[in-house]
Amino acid sequence: MDQSTVELIRSSLGPLLEGMVKGTIPLTAISFVLGLLLALVVALMRLSPIWPVSAIARFYVSVIRGTPLLVQLFIIFYGLPSLGATIDPWPSAVLAFTLNVGGYASEIIRAAIISVPRGQWEAAQTVGMNYPTTLRRIILPQAARVSVPPLSNTLISLVKDTSLASTILVTETFRKAQELAGPTFEFFTLYMVAAAYYWAVCLVLSFAQSRLETRLDRYVAS
Amino acid sequence: MSISVSGINKRFGDFVALDNVSLEVPTGRLTALLGPSGGGKSTLLRIIAGLEFPDTGSVEIEGVQATWLPPQKRSVGFVFQHYAAFKHMTVFKNVAFGLEIRRKPRAEIRQRVMELLELVHLEQFADRLPSQLSGGQRQRMALARALAVQPEVLLLDEPFGALDAQVRKELRDWLRNLHDEMNVTTIFVTHDQEEALEVSDEIVVINGGRIEQVGAPADLYDRPANDFVMKFLGPVTTLDGQLVRPHDIELLAAPGQEAIEATVTRLTRVGFEVRAELRTSKGGSEPWVQLTRIQAQELDLEPGRSVWLRTTHAPKTLAVS
Ligand SMILES: Nc1ncnc2c1ncn2[C@@H]1O[C@H](COP(=O)(O)OP(=O)(O)OP(=O)(O)O)[C@@H](O)[C@H]1O
Ligand SMILES: [Mg+2]
Repeated sequence: MDQSTVELIRSSLGPLLEGMVKGTIPLTAISFVLGLLLALVVALMRLSPIWPVSAIARFYVSVIRGTPLLVQLFIIFYGLPSLGATIDPWPSAVLAFTLNVGGYASEIIRAAIISVPRGQWEAAQTVGMNYPTTLRRIILPQAARVSVPPLSNTLISLVKDTSLASTILVTETFRKAQELAGPTFEFFTLYMVAAAYYWAVCLVLSFAQSRLETRLDRYVAS
Repeated sequence: MSISVSGINKRFGDFVALDNVSLEVPTGRLTALLGPSGGGKSTLLRIIAGLEFPDTGSVEIEGVQATWLPPQKRSVGFVFQHYAAFKHMTVFKNVAFGLEIRRKPRAEIRQRVMELLELVHLEQFADRLPSQLSGGQRQRMALARALAVQPEVLLLDEPFGALDAQVRKELRDWLRNLHDEMNVTTIFVTHDQEEALEVSDEIVVINGGRIEQVGAPADLYDRPANDFVMKFLGPVTTLDGQLVRPHDIELLAAPGQEAIEATVTRLTRVGFEVRAELRTSKGGSEPWVQLTRIQAQELDLEPGRSVWLRTTHAPKTLAVS
C-alpha cells in the first residue's frame, strides 16, 4: 500500500464514522424500533379472527415482501411528490425502512406468538388476565426468545439496506464514501473502508444477539 | 347448587362431543368426572370454565348465569393436565400473578402467596423457575396458582395424569385433604376409576358425550345403572349369563343351593389375592373369581378340581348385552 492510500484511508475514517453515527446508525435504530411496533400490530391483525382485519394485514405483508426495497424508497421520495406529498429525504428513508421492517418482522412475530402453547393463553385467562395483559406479560416474553435469531437477521439486513438511502440524498456512510471518492477517483479504497464499517457494526450486533439469546434462554427451558 | 349445567350440546364439526348434558354440583363437594378417553370430560369441564362455549344449554355458577361469560369473569380456578406453568416466571410470580392483576397491596400478595406455597409444600422453592421443579411440584404450583384468586369453583383436568403412579397416589390423598381443609367446590376429571372411587364425594360417569350415572362412589360400584358403568368402575366377569364382580362369587367345595359346578382351569397368585379361572360344566362359560389366599387354601384349590359357584352379592341382575 503506498503512502497516499494510507493517507486517504486515514483522512476518510473521520467522515465515514460521522456517516455511520449521524446517518446509518440512527436511521437503522429509528426504523427498526418503529418497524417492530408496526410489525407487532400487523402480526396481531393477521391473527385476528375478523377476516377483513387479517386480510388487510396479509395484503400489506404481500406487497412489502413482493416489491424491491429500492422501488419502495423511490415511490415514497420521487413518486409521492407527483401526488402532492413531498417528504424530505430523511423522513422518506425512515418511512420506507419502517414499512419494510414491518412487513418482514410481522411474519416472524406471528410465528413466534403461534409457537407459544395455547395452554398459556388459557391459563392466563383463568387467573383473570385480559387479552392485552396476557400478551404483554405471558405471550410476548416467551415469544421473544424464539424470535430473537430471525429478528436479528432483519436488523442486520437493515443496517446494510440503509445504504440504499444514499440514492435519495441521505448522507449516511455510503453516500459519504461516494462523496469522498468522487473527486479523487479512489473508489476501491473508500468503498472498502465503508464496507469495513458496515461489517464492524454487524459484528457488534451478532455479538449482542448471542448475549441476548443466552439471557432469554431461561424463558424456554421447559 | 354451586354449579348448574343444563341441556348442554356441543359439536365439533359433525362430531357430537356432548349430547344434552345436565348436571348439578352442590357447594363444597369434590366431584369426579369419570369416563373413557374421548367421552367428553374435558369438553364439559372447559365449558364450565368458559374456555369453550356450548352450542346450546346453559351454565350457572353460584347462581350467576355464566354461559357466555369469558373465563376471567367466572370465579373459577383451572388446573391443566400439562401444568401450563408460566415458564418465564418464578414459582412465586406464577402464584402471585392473579393477585397482582387484581391490584392487591404488595404485602398482602406476599403473605397470601407464601401461605399458599406452604399449603402445597413449595415454600422453599418460591424463587425457582418452573423448569427447575419436578412434575409433581409443578402440578402443586399450578394448584396454588389456581387457588390464589380464591375461586368459588376449582376445576382440574386430569391433574395427575402426567405423573407416575407413586406420585399420583400421594397427590390424590393430598388433594382430598386439601379439599377437606378449604372446602372449595371442586370438579376433577379422571379416567382412572380407582382415583375417582378413592377421592371423590360424588362421581359422574360420562361416556360418548352423555352422562351414564351420577352418584356416590359406593352406590355406583354396588348399584351401577347399566353394564357400561359396572364394567368401567371395577373388574367384572360373567357367570351364568350375568355380569358379576369377581369378588362377589363364592366358591364351595361341595354342591350347594343354586350353585353351579365348575372346574378350576388356572390359578394365579397376585400378592395376597388369588385369581382362579374356571370353566362351568353346563354352558361352558369361563368366569374368574377373586379370593384370598386363606380361602384358596381352605378349599384346597388346584387346577382340575371341581368346585361350585354362586353369587354372594344380591345380584343387581344385569343382562349381558
Ligand atoms: N377443539 C376440538 N376440535 C375437534 N374435536 C374436538 C375438540 N375438542 C375435543 N374434540 C373431540 O371431542 C371428543 C371429546 O373430547 P374430550 O377432550 O372432551 O374427551 P375426554 O373425555 O376429555 O378424553 P380424554 O380422557 O382423552 O382427555 C373427542 O372425540 C375429541 O376428539
Ligand atoms: Mg380430556
